[in-house]
Amino acid sequence: MSILNPAMESIGRDERKKLQSERLRATVKHEYNNVAFYRERMDKAGIKPEDIHSIDDLHLLPFMEKNDLRDGFPFGLLAVPQQQIVRIQGSSGTSGNPIVTGYTENDIEVWTEMAARALAAAGCDDKSIVQVAYGYGLFTGGLGLHQAATRLGAMVIPMSSGNTQRQLIMMKELGTTILCCTPSYAIYLGETARDMGILSQLKLKGGCFGGEPWSEKMRAELEKLFGIDALDIYGLSEIAGPGVSFECEMKSGLHINEDHIIAEVVNPKTGKPLPCGVTGELVMTTITKTGQPMLRYRTRDICTLNDVPCSCGRTTLRMSRLAGRTDDMLVVRGVNVYPGQIESVLASVGGITPHYLIIADRRASLDNLEVHVELTEDMFSDTISQIQALENSIASQIKSVVGIQADVKLVPPRSLPRSEGKSKRVVDKRRL
Amino acid sequence: MFVSQISIFLENVRGSLRNMTELLGEKGINLLALTIADTSGFGIIRVIVKSEDIDSTLSVLHQGGYIAKTNKVIGVRVPHKPMGLAKVMAALDDAGISIEYSYSFYRSNFEEACIIIRPSDIEGGISALQKAGINILSQTEIDAI
Repeated sequence: MSILNPAMESIGRDERKKLQSERLRATVKHEYNNVAFYRERMDKAGIKPEDIHSIDDLHLLPFMEKNDLRDGFPFGLLAVPQQQIVRIQGSSGTSGNPIVTGYTENDIEVWTEMAARALAAAGCDDKSIVQVAYGYGLFTGGLGLHQAATRLGAMVIPMSSGNTQRQLIMMKELGTTILCCTPSYAIYLGETARDMGILSQLKLKGGCFGGEPWSEKMRAELEKLFGIDALDIYGLSEIAGPGVSFECEMKSGLHINEDHIIAEVVNPKTGKPLPCGVTGELVMTTITKTGQPMLRYRTRDICTLNDVPCSCGRTTLRMSRLAGRTDDMLVVRGVNVYPGQIESVLASVGGITPHYLIIADRRASLDNLEVHVELTEDMFSDTISQIQALENSIASQIKSVVGIQADVKLVPPRSLPRSEGKSKRVVDKRRL
Repeated sequence: MFVSQISIFLENVRGSLRNMTELLGEKGINLLALTIADTSGFGIIRVIVKSEDIDSTLSVLHQGGYIAKTNKVIGVRVPHKPMGLAKVMAALDDAGISIEYSYSFYRSNFEEACIIIRPSDIEGGISALQKAGINILSQTEIDAI
């Protein structure tokens, strides 16, 4: 539970601004001089590197988006000659060109430092035995935590993902103390260990769990299974893998490594920066990477920022758990609606989160929001009045969380559309 | 003295009652009584089957993707004459018990009509009916129908 780099993680506000501004100026200059695509974009916006004096000028810079990476595939966004790139990482693009990011030796170092801070916050040190059950490969999870654990002097077991029985045998026989994998796989490992009767023989003390959205409910389950603090870790290959931000033992938001990254939250429709506490799209700027720096990169992840210093001693900006993706966002009556917000309401009602479908429609030129929720056994009662009371209670909780009135309709199980096992969550029937 | 009833959630769309009753009918399950409570969006179907059919009815419904649950109701035998049902209602009302819902059997081998009642308080309902000398149906009597 230690702070690995107090000079940076607990840096004073003014000092941080000075450091970020210096690094931002250098990065913008480096990018402008070496990446034709971004130079053209800045020229078109009428911005020169000299216009960026401090982080207060950040909003002047044009955004970068996922499509820019597709269009620039494979090396169009590199800011250094290709021979300086020592690693390619990427994400699973489902359409068009793959999305890859080139890392220089310096960039790997930056990423390792950030991920090592996350592991240290989860209690990892040179005595730890770290089992990495994230996939190794283009996906950053496996290698990211591997590098970080090695940096801390821990003993690494590079299991990669899958082969649950073998994972558990290693965990038991080698005495794994720190587990790194997706939270859903961690729960699966715990449940399997319980079924095998070896759960009590495990020596787990902590873990970093990320790579997918999860909830407080899953955290409670995971912590109960293993008797550990289960901490969240966030990252994306375009910026750096896991470690971009991470939770400390206070579990109230993910600390962003601000000496390497500047985070903003913007209105996904207008691109206007939003103040702390307001939900919007996370935008990130790398300020120490050299291979493929990213300036104002639109992550499409939805969260809020919190600039109150944490009681753990870190002063860095914290981001909330992700509330969803902008791809799923709807604007209804001028209000941004995220499926994650509605999901959080439903999770608190039904015991398990039921399947649901959000339908935006237009009636008599007015936007209408319907939420269809598949009834679960727990939610069903024999009287009409109780079912209607449940519909009303869901609607009023949605109203308080999202800010608009929705028509909630309970529907039979398995009646909502599914695509490839995942449920389709948003339908927009409006002809705009 | 209770009777077991099965409540089923249905969407209020054309064909849904047909699909459900055909599903049960094809499995040889006979419905002794049925009532529908509906809103514009959904309905709750409440049925009575013989006690030997309760488990199979639930499993057929669950396998068919329906939400269904059993719950307790009271069955009474009521004379086929004016004020017959009114006396039952008066007994419950005098005891301060309200009625959530009530419905009748399609047929019976008794002289009297068979009525299902779901009072706000089941235990209190039974004792109020007993005090008023109302003939309460047991599950065994229902199974004999």
